[in-house]
Amino acid sequence: MAVSVDEAVSPGPVRDHPAPTRRRSGRGRSVLELALLVVLAAVMLFPALWMLETSIKENRDVYAIPAKFFDFTVTLDHFRDVFVAPDGGRSALSVSFLNSVVVAGVSTLLATVLGVPAAWAYSRFSVKAKKDQLFFILSTRFMPPVVVVIPIFLMYRQVGLIDSKLGLILIYAAFNVPFTIWMMKGFVDEVPAEYEDAAMLDGYTRLQAFRKFTLPLLVPGIAATAVFALIFSWNEFVFAIFLTSSDEVRTAPPAIAGLIGGTTVDWGLVAAASVVFALPVLVFAYLVRKHLVAGVTLGAVRR
Amino acid sequence: MGTVAAHGLRKSFDKVQALDGVTLDVPDGSFFVVLGPSGAGKTTTLRAIAGLEKLDAGSVHLDGRDATGDTPAARDLAMVFQNYALYPRRTAYENIASPLRARRCSSSEIAAAVERMSSLLHIERLLQRRPAQLSGGEMQRVALARALVRSPRAFLMDEPLTNLDLKLRVEMRTELTRIHRSLGATFVYVTNDQVEALSMADQVAVLQEGKVQQVGTPTEVYERPANRWVAGFVGSPPISLLACHAEGDRLVGAQGWTLPRPRWTTAEDGRALLLGLRAEDLSVEQRGDASLPGELYGLEPLGDRTVVDVRVGTEILKVKARPTVTGTQGERLQVTVDLDRAHLFDAGTGRSLSQAGR
Repeated sequence: MAVSVDEAVSPGPVRDHPAPTRRRSGRGRSVLELALLVVLAAVMLFPALWMLETSIKENRDVYAIPAKFFDFTVTLDHFRDVFVAPDGGRSALSVSFLNSVVVAGVSTLLATVLGVPAAWAYSRFSVKAKKDQLFFILSTRFMPPVVVVIPIFLMYRQVGLIDSKLGLILIYAAFNVPFTIWMMKGFVDEVPAEYEDAAMLDGYTRLQAFRKFTLPLLVPGIAATAVFALIFSWNEFVFAIFLTSSDEVRTAPPAIAGLIGGTTVDWGLVAAASVVFALPVLVFAYLVRKHLVAGVTLGAVRR
Repeated sequence: MGTVAAHGLRKSFDKVQALDGVTLDVPDGSFFVVLGPSGAGKTTTLRAIAGLEKLDAGSVHLDGRDATGDTPAARDLAMVFQNYALYPRRTAYENIASPLRARRCSSSEIAAAVERMSSLLHIERLLQRRPAQLSGGEMQRVALARALVRSPRAFLMDEPLTNLDLKLRVEMRTELTRIHRSLGATFVYVTNDQVEALSMADQVAVLQEGKVQQVGTPTEVYERPANRWVAGFVGSPPISLLACHAEGDRLVGAQGWTLPRPRWTTAEDGRALLLGLRAEDLSVEQRGDASLPGELYGLEPLGDRTVVDVRVGTEILKVKARPTVTGTQGERLQVTVDLDRAHLFDAGTGRSLSQAGR
């Protein structure tokens, strides 16, 4: 951990005794690499940059042909329109953002509260057919949402959960619990069971031992897992568009998509709403960037 | 009071039978060592007594009362784990105080108890450190202090010295014996190190493959092993076992040698036997009437003595000799046997046939 990649592959000795030919070929390759990476980055980043640009362009510049890359007039009107309705009240988009915050937050909380103890139990106890159970839990994630959305729609209509925030919260929690269990099981496995054994001999009950001695060690793992669940719920589109219809309930992804499709599309507003929508995800992804690779692949399935 | 009794403990993990009817009776105040090779079920036995392992069958009695279904907390035992299991986020002080906090002692009581323990174990300087800032020996002392800080029915120790270096291990051996004497408490101590068992124990239980092979004092276990496994596990260098059978007044080896038949054995003629000979009961230097012909196979100088490997046919005998002994490989020599101290085992059942006559 203490040794960074730079230290580990220190170029020091190589620089002292360079082999001229190898050096030239090495530099040639790195120039090619750099060029390819720049091209790739441009392709990957262009939509994001264009979105960012459109969100701060005046409408005149947004629709300009040929498109204006650099000399456009900067305005924050679109961002104002995201939150404020033309009549000065609260805009429908701002309501949908609030809905997204509530739905993503509560469903993540629910998934964490249910998933962490389950992960602990699967890690610590000898459960009958543990592997089969865990596989079953994982298998609920195999099917894409689109496959199950029709039956869920029908069931929700029966029980009156259609077009309600609670319905979305429940379905997102149901999708996030398996993920939470699998990812948290990896983190719990890393904490030696002996801490709890020792605590129980000290005189604590099993639950106290978990709460006082194991849980504090799991906090970083819980945070990372919760952020993943949060991002999933925040981004989710298919269930949201099928199961909600009114502006009061609709979350941001279908609401933003709903901006497109009239006779004229207010691209400035779409871009500004998309920027606002993407920001929390970028911030959270930055917070858990170490786990984005290691957490998902290693932490969840090791052992 | 602090008696620990386990009766017919059975436990399997998947298809492995870890405990196969383990029965132990630990008297009050004794230093009771459970000795066995790794995988014998020692730790599982200890964890079953502590209440950390759910048993398939069997019962645990503490102070004569059935505690089989009790939680670990209710059993009022203290345990030292092999890897110490110190709480990583807490200071040494908080680790030692933990059993008292769990039992809601007042902070002045806790402070006094922690102070008493830290001076007993010489860890006063370490109290504000976290486990990551402690060396292996220091962690071991803190773990010991956490167990000793209250007065439970009995102390359970799971190979507490295994992870220490040799010098520290010898030191701690003496110290643990001293602590045991001064507390007068019951210790159940698990180890795979026979030196620890022989030097510290009042009673030794030799465990193998989930079964108790023998229970006795260290001397009994060493001098009168109940079977060939106990004989083979206890003693260093290990006992040499030679295949043979009795024939009239002689023992005839499978490798062709003959020895006078020991007076004490009652084995009938022709039964397949194993002759067990400890290194210190053999000699390449003295002459005696009972001797085996062999050739020098190797020398292992150990400082205070040299172990001579002598090949008799295809079997190797370990012989203890003075450190000055010399020889060349392949040299013919006679190994004198002290037959009064030899052991005979039934080759089939492994059971000792020596007990009766002694």
